[in-house]
Amino acid sequence: MLRTIFKHPSGRIGLTIIGIFVLAALLGKLGITPHDPLMQDRLARLQGPSAQHLFGTDLFGRDVFSRLMMGIGQSFVVAFFSVAAASLFGTVLGLTAAWFGGFWDGTVMRLMDVLLAFPAILLALLIIAIFGPSGWTSVLAIAIVYTPIFTRVVRGPALSLKTRDFVDAARTFGSGRGYIMTRHLMLNLVAPLSVQITLALAWALLTEAGLSFLGLGTQPPYASLGLMLADARNLMEMAPWLLFFPAATVMFAVLGFNLLGDAMRDILDPKTRRALG
Amino acid sequence: MTGHLLSVRDLRVGFGKVPEDNEVVHGVDFDLTAGETLAIVGESGSGKSVTAMSVNRLIGYSGGRILGGSMMFTRSDGTQVDLAALDEPALEKIRGRDIGMIFQEPMTSLNPVLTIGTQIEESFRLHHGMSGAGARVAAREALERVRIPDAERRLANAPHQLSGGMLQRVMIAIALAAQPRLLIADEPTTALDVTIQAQIMGLLAEMKRETDTGLIFITHDIGLVAGLADRIMVMQHGKVVEQGAIDAVLDDPQHDYTKHLLNAVPHFSDGKSVRRDHSRDGKSGRALDVKGLTVRFPVRAGLLRRARSNVHAVEDVSFDLMQGETLAVVGESGSGKSTTARAILGLVNATRGEITADKTGLGSADKPVQMVFQNPNASLNPRLTIAQILAEPLKAVGRHIDEAARARMVELLERVELPADSLPRYPHEFSGGQRQRLCIARSLMLNPSVLVLDEAVSALDVSVQARVLDLLADLQREFGLAYLFVSHDMAVVERIAHRIAVLYAGQIVEMGSAASVLADPRHSYTKRLISAVPSIERRHMEFAIDTRSVPSLMRPAGFEPDTAPWVEHGPDHLARAEG
Repeated sequence: MLRTIFKHPSGRIGLTIIGIFVLAALLGKLGITPHDPLMQDRLARLQGPSAQHLFGTDLFGRDVFSRLMMGIGQSFVVAFFSVAAASLFGTVLGLTAAWFGGFWDGTVMRLMDVLLAFPAILLALLIIAIFGPSGWTSVLAIAIVYTPIFTRVVRGPALSLKTRDFVDAARTFGSGRGYIMTRHLMLNLVAPLSVQITLALAWALLTEAGLSFLGLGTQPPYASLGLMLADARNLMEMAPWLLFFPAATVMFAVLGFNLLGDAMRDILDPKTRRALG
Repeated sequence: MTGHLLSVRDLRVGFGKVPEDNEVVHGVDFDLTAGETLAIVGESGSGKSVTAMSVNRLIGYSGGRILGGSMMFTRSDGTQVDLAALDEPALEKIRGRDIGMIFQEPMTSLNPVLTIGTQIEESFRLHHGMSGAGARVAAREALERVRIPDAERRLANAPHQLSGGMLQRVMIAIALAAQPRLLIADEPTTALDVTIQAQIMGLLAEMKRETDTGLIFITHDIGLVAGLADRIMVMQHGKVVEQGAIDAVLDDPQHDYTKHLLNAVPHFSDGKSVRRDHSRDGKSGRALDVKGLTVRFPVRAGLLRRARSNVHAVEDVSFDLMQGETLAVVGESGSGKSTTARAILGLVNATRGEITADKTGLGSADKPVQMVFQNPNASLNPRLTIAQILAEPLKAVGRHIDEAARARMVELLERVELPADSLPRYPHEFSGGQRQRLCIARSLMLNPSVLVLDEAVSALDVSVQARVLDLLADLQREFGLAYLFVSHDMAVVERIAHRIAVLYAGQIVEMGSAASVLADPRHSYTKRLISAVPSIERRHMEFAIDTRSVPSLMRPAGFEPDTAPWVEHGPDHLARAEG
C-alpha cells in the first residue's frame, strides 16, 4: 500500500511530509527531543534560530524546536483520535440511515442538521464549556463537530449505491443485510471516506490549533501548535520565528494531508489503480 | 467545386493528451448532398459518433482533437467553409443555424428548469431574431409540426411532464426551428420504445420529404435506417469499410464486416424463425408457476401520508413455465414487465398472487430462481474481483468457498467462454459482452431451475448480442433451464422464445406459442407492437405516425379493475377480448 502511494506523484510528496511529521510527533510524544521542551532558561530568552537552538527560543528560554515536536505530537494525537471517532460514528450513522430510511433516517439526519447549524468552533466551545478544557475534551469536541460531515458523506453515496443493480443482484442470491452493507456499500465508500478522512485530519488540526489558540485546548506549560501560535502573537514583531515555525508546520501538515487524500482517491479506485502500475 | 452540401475528406480524430498516439478515426471520406440521408452504422467503438460530432466540432468538448482532413460545408448563401479549420466564434454561428443536432437521450438534452416553450423560442430568437409573441407563435407551430397534441398547453410544460418520445419530438422541433441545412441525429431512438421509435422515424421521414435538409443518422441498428436512408456508411475500428446506396449495400454487401453485421442483426420475420427445440408434451416438469400476480404501488398524499391512490403496475398476471422452455415477456416501458420479473425474485413485494418455483432441480433448493440484469456495468460491484463476485451467491446461502467451489467457478467461466485466469481480475477489465457473460455465470453458481433475464441483451452490440443469445440457448439445452426473458425487442424475442406473453398496462393481453403469436397476432396492441418493428425486409413500407400513448395506471384506492375474458385463437394461443 505504502509503495503504491509512493508511486503516485502527489502521494509521494504528501506521504513524505506526513511521514516527517509523524516521526516528529512520535519522538515528541516519547520525549526524545534535543532539549527538554518544558525546561526554562532565563538567560537564553527570545534567541533567534542558531546552531544551539535550531528554531530559536521563546519568552521563557524554552527550545522552540523541541516544543514544536511536542506540539506536533499533541496536535496529531488530538486530530487522529477525533477523526477516528468522527468517521466511525459518522459512517455507522450514515450507513444505517441510508439503509433503513424512514423514521431512523429522519431522526439521524435532523440531528446532524442541528449539529451542522452551529459554527464548528462555537459548538466545540460549548462542549468544552461543559467538560472543562483539556486535550481529551478537544478530541470529544472535534469528533462531535465532524460527525455530521461524515454522516452526510456516507449517506449520500450509500443511498444511490443501495438502488444499484449489484445490490439487487445480491438480494436475489439471498445475501444478508450485513454482508450487503459491508461488501457492497462500504467497499464502494472507501474512496470518498478515505479522501474525507485525510481532509478531516487537516481540518481537525486547524480546529485543535484554533481551540488551543483560544486557550481552550491543550493547557500550558504543555505545547500544541495552536498554543504556540497564541503565545507567539504578542511577540510577533520582536521574535517572528516564534510565529513562523508553528504556522509553517500547520500549513505543511494540512498540505500533506490534502495531497495524501488526493492520491488515496486515485489509488483506491480499481479503474485508475492499474494505470498507476 | 462540387455540389455537395458536405464533403468530408481524410478526417482523422484523436483523443487524450497526445491525440496522435490515440487516433480513433483514421481517415474517413464521405459526401452528402442536400436532402439526402446518410446512415452511419457501426458498433460501439467504431468511431461513428466521433465522426458525426466532428462535423459540428462538438468533439472538442469531449476531449477529442481533429488531426487532419477537411470538411467542406456549403452554407445557405452558397459560400463554402472548411469546418475543420474554423475557429470557435465562427462555429457558434454555424451550429444550430446551419447544422442541427439531435442526441440520444432527450431527457438529459433539455434543460429541466425551463419550459418547453422557452427552449423552443430560444432557437427562434437566436437564429431568426424573433421576439415576444412572434417567437411564441413560431414555437407553437414548430410543436404542431412534430405532431405534439395540445401544443399550446405543452409550451408551458417543463420537460419532466413529457414522455421520452414527446421530448425527442421537442428536440427535433428545436433542431428544425432554425431550418438547418444539415441535421445530425446520434442514435435518436435508442432510448425509446419500439412504437415511439416508429413515430420518430416516421417524423424524420416526413421531414425529409418536406425539406431539403441533409440528414446524418447514426445508429447501431442497420434494420432501423433501412427504410429512411439513401446511402449507408459502415464503420469499424474508426475506418469506413463500405459505403454506397442503401439497396446496393443491404442486398449485395461487399465487405465481410457488413455481411457479418447484416447476419448478426436479429431479422424479424413474423414468427417464421422461432425456436422449435421445445414443445409442451407433458414430459418436462413445471419450473415456475405464477398465479394472479398483482403489484400495486401506493401513492401517498396529504398530511398523514395515507395511500390515496395506487399505481396498478401489474394486474392479475398468471403464467407457467416448463423446464427447458423460454417464455418471453414483451411490452413497452411502463407495461409492468420489469416489475413482474422483480416481483418473482422478491425485489418488490407482490400485493397478491402466488409464485411457486420448482425446487427439485439439481442443487436448486436454496434459490431456484436467479436473475440477470439489463446493465452488466451496474450489476457487478466494481470493487470486487471476479472470484469474489462469483463466490457471493454461495456465501449468501451459507456455503464455504472450498476447492469444489473454486472448481465450479472455473468451470462456469469456461462454460460462458471467458478466460480461466479471469478470477483475480476486476469487472472494468472486461467488455460489455464479457461482463454480461460474467453475470450469467454468477446466476448459475447456485444451479437454479429458472433464470429471469431482464432485458439481458438490450445493452449489448448486435454481434455480441447474437453470441450471448446463442450461449443462452446452449446453456438452456445443457442444464434444462427455464428462462423468463423480459424484452422490448421483438426481433430478439423471436430468436430466443418458445412462448410469448404480451404485457400492456400491467396485464397480459395475449399469450401463446411464439410462432402463433408473432405470425398471427390477435390483440390490437400486439399488432401495433409487431408492426412497429423496423427491419431490412420491410424497408419499403411506409411509416405511419401513431401518437397514441399508454393510459395512466393510477387508480383510486380500493379500485378493482375488470379484466376482459380470454378468447382462444388456436392451440396455445390466447388473447383478451376487446370491447
